[in-house]
Amino acid sequence: MATTTQDSSMDATQAALLAKVQPAELQEQPLVTNNRDFNWVTDKICRIVETKTPTWWWICMAVALMTASFTGLGLLWLVSSGVGVWGLANPINWGWAIVNFVFWIGIGHAGTLISAVLCLLKQGWRTSINRAAEAMTIFAVVCAGIFPLFHVGRVWFGWWLFPIPNSNGIWPQFRSPLEWDVFAVSTYGTVSVLFWYMGMIPDLSVLRDRAVQRLKKNAYEGAGALAKGMDIFRKNFYAVFAMGWRNAGNHWRNYEMAYLILAGISTPLVLSVHTIVSFDFALAVLPGWHTTIFPPYFVAGAIFSGFGMVLTLMLPLRALYGMHDLITQRHIDNMCKICLGTGSIVGYAYIMEFFIAWYGANPYESFAFINRAFGQYWWAYVMMFSCNVFTPQLFWFKKVRENWALVWIMSIFINVGMWFERFVITVTSLANDFMPSSWGYYSPTMVDILTFFGTFGLFSVLFLLFLRFLPLMPIAEVKFVMPAADPHGHHGDAKGDHH
Amino acid sequence: MSESYGIIASFPDTPAFFHAAEKVRDAGYKKWDTYSSFPVHGMPAAQGQPRSKVPVFTFCGGVSGFTLGMTIVWFMNAFNYPLIVGGQPFFSPVFPFPIMYELTILLSAFGTLGGMFITNLLPQHYNPLFNSEKFLEVSGDRLVIAIEARDGQYDPVATRRFLEEIGGTDIEEVSA
Repeated sequence: MATTTQDSSMDATQAALLAKVQPAELQEQPLVTNNRDFNWVTDKICRIVETKTPTWWWICMAVALMTASFTGLGLLWLVSSGVGVWGLANPINWGWAIVNFVFWIGIGHAGTLISAVLCLLKQGWRTSINRAAEAMTIFAVVCAGIFPLFHVGRVWFGWWLFPIPNSNGIWPQFRSPLEWDVFAVSTYGTVSVLFWYMGMIPDLSVLRDRAVQRLKKNAYEGAGALAKGMDIFRKNFYAVFAMGWRNAGNHWRNYEMAYLILAGISTPLVLSVHTIVSFDFALAVLPGWHTTIFPPYFVAGAIFSGFGMVLTLMLPLRALYGMHDLITQRHIDNMCKICLGTGSIVGYAYIMEFFIAWYGANPYESFAFINRAFGQYWWAYVMMFSCNVFTPQLFWFKKVRENWALVWIMSIFINVGMWFERFVITVTSLANDFMPSSWGYYSPTMVDILTFFGTFGLFSVLFLLFLRFLPLMPIAEVKFVMPAADPHGHHGDAKGDHH
Repeated sequence: MSESYGIIASFPDTPAFFHAAEKVRDAGYKKWDTYSSFPVHGMPAAQGQPRSKVPVFTFCGGVSGFTLGMTIVWFMNAFNYPLIVGGQPFFSPVFPFPIMYELTILLSAFGTLGGMFITNLLPQHYNPLFNSEKFLEVSGDRLVIAIEARDGQYDPVATRRFLEEIGGTDIEEVSA
């Protein structure tokens, strides 16, 4: 949460030297543009949840609910019939379920990266996007969890994955990477919720206080009883979750420490989660999976896809809510650059895998990779490579980064490419393994397709609810990076300059 | 007027607010606090507050998580129901590493959040300050210092004058 402030206690010689040298002001793009003040920021963010629900929200919600029902339908079908309704068949026993699981978990990683890693690196620009990105993380984990849970077959025994005593007296088997996954993903989900909630406490208190203020003024003529009723609901709902937060200096002191610690422990957590997910593959002896490059390669891919999703979500939100002064071109530039960086790491990993397959001189390994690119799933490999390696390279150009429509379209390409990456890894290695007599070809069934596409609906439903009821941006953190929050005064013009 | 909770004063901008806090600290007041809708950099020092105790709770959570992780793996797979899997040892500090790693983080996180609540004495849904309309404006852009009546140095007249001297405006007495 903290950014550096210039030390005011500069000694005399330094001051004299500075006066002599007259260093040029470092011109940095401000994080909140157009000289906005604290009240504007508070109002802008709070009014999203306080004003009448916009029509587009209802339309999106209806579409999202309908799409989400596909997942419900698919899962109902699966539970009533059995896992056989998915396209799984020997030797491909991990199909779309695992692909979708890794895809959604990966999406979540950008949220934690923004809230934790960028906090430790003191990147002030994270503030306006971190709340929405954290929400994205949590909802993505919810979507991800569905797939392995239902893949176990008899989903009502899903709780056997946890170390809870059951009537068979058998415990989970901790030598399996799949069991590690249970711990990694459930910890990830829980810690993300805690982090998200804690960050929200001060903002919930703002919403509470605003509702109380309006109720005290009782200015509802024309607005009707509903408006007043909603404020009574807000006053109580936000008050319960704000826990009586008073914005006291003492509160902030403990809060900032807790925030920093949560950022510190979420950083190794986020790196470990996708590492452990990659162990699901890397600890098997299958050619194409059994490689040490998997953990860093998966983590980079996860961040890449996650930032793709953040761009996909934030660009329309920025336009819909007129947030151009809070999510500035600088924010978009930075997100594009992270996509470029992680996308290049992913591209490097693709090429390095090929090199090692050749250099390792293992015929099975070489075959697995040649088969990936030129075998029966060549089309998936082409999709993956073109979307993930070529698309982000366009972000080198400022013109591209400033074209929001193009950035948005490219973010979709990134999402598609990263889904195909997981498909290529999972399916190609399984379809053509050691014994040609048992090779197969995998195709998803209608149930697979319904279940997967439905999760986008589920994700959207959750995200739309978040938009409607919770503060979209951390108000306190946005204020903190504004020049007016600097206790030592800010140089340059009165408001717009950023130190 | 019923019994007094204390006096609140507002300040025009962050530097004035910050320096006023330093002056209240230097005047020797103990039961007082600053109120702003964002954390002010360096404010704990300006208020003369010590380092936060939250890390203690984090540490306790982390140690519990680490121990719990190792214990459950040993108890479940090596002691209570030993299972032979792939010729691997029943227990080793290596393979349960992901389990204890995740549990360390999980319980540290709970310790941190719980520690934040405990050190801040939250939840505390009622506070006399909430009765002041000026105080509610802290959520917007108001910067407030409140000196409580239970402070040994508190005096309704002298404290009010002191707050005026250090640049406070909109001075108001809040009843308990």
